[in-house]
Amino acid sequence: MRISTGNIFRLRKTWWRFEETFFRSLMIFSSMVIVGVLLLIIFSIMKTGIPALSFEMLTQTPKGGFYFGKEGGILNAIVGSAYLAVGATGLALSIGLPVAIFMNTWLLKHKKTVNIIRFILDLLWGVPSIIYGAIGFMIMIMLGLKTSLLAGIIVVGMFILPIMIRAIDEALKTSPSGLTEASLSLGSTKSELGFKVLAKQCFPGIITAVLLSFGRAIGDAASVLFTTGFTDNIPTSLTQPTATLPLSIFFQLTSPIPEVKNRAYAAAVVLTIIILLTSILSRVFSNRYKKHSIKF
Amino acid sequence: MENETKIRIENLNLSIGKSKILKDINVEIPKHKITVILGPSGCGKTTLLKSMNRLTDIYSDIRVSGKILIDGEDILHTDKDVTEIRKRMGLLSQRPYPLPMNIYKNIAFGLKISGRRKKRFLNKRIEHYLKQANLWNEVKDRLKEPAASLSIGQQQRLCLARGLAVDPDIILADEPTSALDPISSQEIEKKFTELKNGYTIVLVTHILRQAIRLADYVIFMYLGEVIEQGPAEQFFKSPQTEITKAYLKGSIN
Ligand SMILES: Nc1ncnc2c1ncn2[C@@H]1O[C@H](COP(=O)(O)OP(=O)(O)O)[C@@H](O)[C@H]1O
Ligand SMILES: [Mg+2]
Repeated sequence: MRISTGNIFRLRKTWWRFEETFFRSLMIFSSMVIVGVLLLIIFSIMKTGIPALSFEMLTQTPKGGFYFGKEGGILNAIVGSAYLAVGATGLALSIGLPVAIFMNTWLLKHKKTVNIIRFILDLLWGVPSIIYGAIGFMIMIMLGLKTSLLAGIIVVGMFILPIMIRAIDEALKTSPSGLTEASLSLGSTKSELGFKVLAKQCFPGIITAVLLSFGRAIGDAASVLFTTGFTDNIPTSLTQPTATLPLSIFFQLTSPIPEVKNRAYAAAVVLTIIILLTSILSRVFSNRYKKHSIKF
Repeated sequence: MENETKIRIENLNLSIGKSKILKDINVEIPKHKITVILGPSGCGKTTLLKSMNRLTDIYSDIRVSGKILIDGEDILHTDKDVTEIRKRMGLLSQRPYPLPMNIYKNIAFGLKISGRRKKRFLNKRIEHYLKQANLWNEVKDRLKEPAASLSIGQQQRLCLARGLAVDPDIILADEPTSALDPISSQEIEKKFTELKNGYTIVLVTHILRQAIRLADYVIFMYLGEVIEQGPAEQFFKSPQTEITKAYLKGSIN
């Protein structure tokens, strides 16, 4: 039997087409599953949460007996979480940005060192937040410190630091080496290169890193469990304990009273909306700055 | 003086990891002339050019030995800050890399990091260098627009203006026309012939015709070695080695 090259070619082409269709369908299917699951979660939160949501809940701190179904709201947790997440994100950014820039400028020449650092950061990224909480708690006991907003900011800041550094690092890595060379050839120092050129070029990526970290900071319960304490009041100083949304949800959800349980869902709606809003705002913000990045 | 040497490279060896990229380079680059580094791709032209302003410092696993003397000063072994060395040379790369800022700031950047911050001074200098790069008329009404909005040819001229603004006396150009359309390429070439009165220009190219058009002095490289160097006329009319002859005939690429 003779198989002509024309036949083989046609056979291959059919196979390629099949492969293409198969993998495309697989991708579409997986995307749909992810979106579906996400919508399901959001929908189930909204279904119970929105009816329980009220103006009072957003504007009042818990009154006596709130956790048994009496009056009040979760303003303490909303404000507490905002303070905590903003503080922790600010802390992580102010440490993380210089570190990521350092890795992509001073350490350019030491690829191996950078790769080891990346590996360690990726390991740290994977460490569950409860470990950070526990270590923070241990240190606090050793130093005889009480639970406070500041302790929470530091612990959550450390918890999101690897995320911040690696996310910024990934953004900086996308900057072409030609840009680095252009900046250096003009006689810039490495810090001028990092903070004035690379940070600008990768600004949208840095915003994404901040957003990612903020989302982790505001949504995490385990790291604040031992470190911030919990209170019905809005903290007025860094040394006071503070409530947070995740813990507030947790406490309400464990209540046997159905009304309080529903309020937990309402609090979850608030948390979801905050995360959604930051996401949208950051996108708008980063888009405005994209025009200066050079596309390569 | 007719043939004053601006850059002299002595026994330069450069290796990255285990591979030797430059082998025993000895060249002399004359002042206020266009010196063309010619050779097939991968022969080490870019690496040689970048070693002249120490951009090779940022490569990992690199080893350099030998001397690069600029006005008699060995820039590989000097106490001077590397930023000072780099400010003496403007760099044009294979494709333009404008800074992620507006047109004005692209040129102000080099001046500002050298401590020139007065608005009046900056405005004057920026106009001057944009004019020098033949770009002023096209951008004078849009200085606040992102440099990314310019065409590739305009971006390359912006990069030239930016390089000139730090007041170098050497221009290093690595195949500066390879990403450009013929008209833009011509403009850059013309600019170079004007600029050579005030600057020492080192131009890397693998385009033979461009080398013939522009070169006063030619350095021919092959597989990391300098095979032949000399005044352009002599080089093109009576090449000395077999490899050069073959290259000029077009049988090596
Ligand atoms: N950063 C680097 N790491 C490893 N090898 C490199 C690097 N840069 C260049 N090379 C190698 O050095 C040789 C010369 O490269 P290059 O100077 O870019 O040549 P040309 O500019 O003449 O095309 C090539 O073989 C290339 O693979
Ligand atoms: Mg090259």
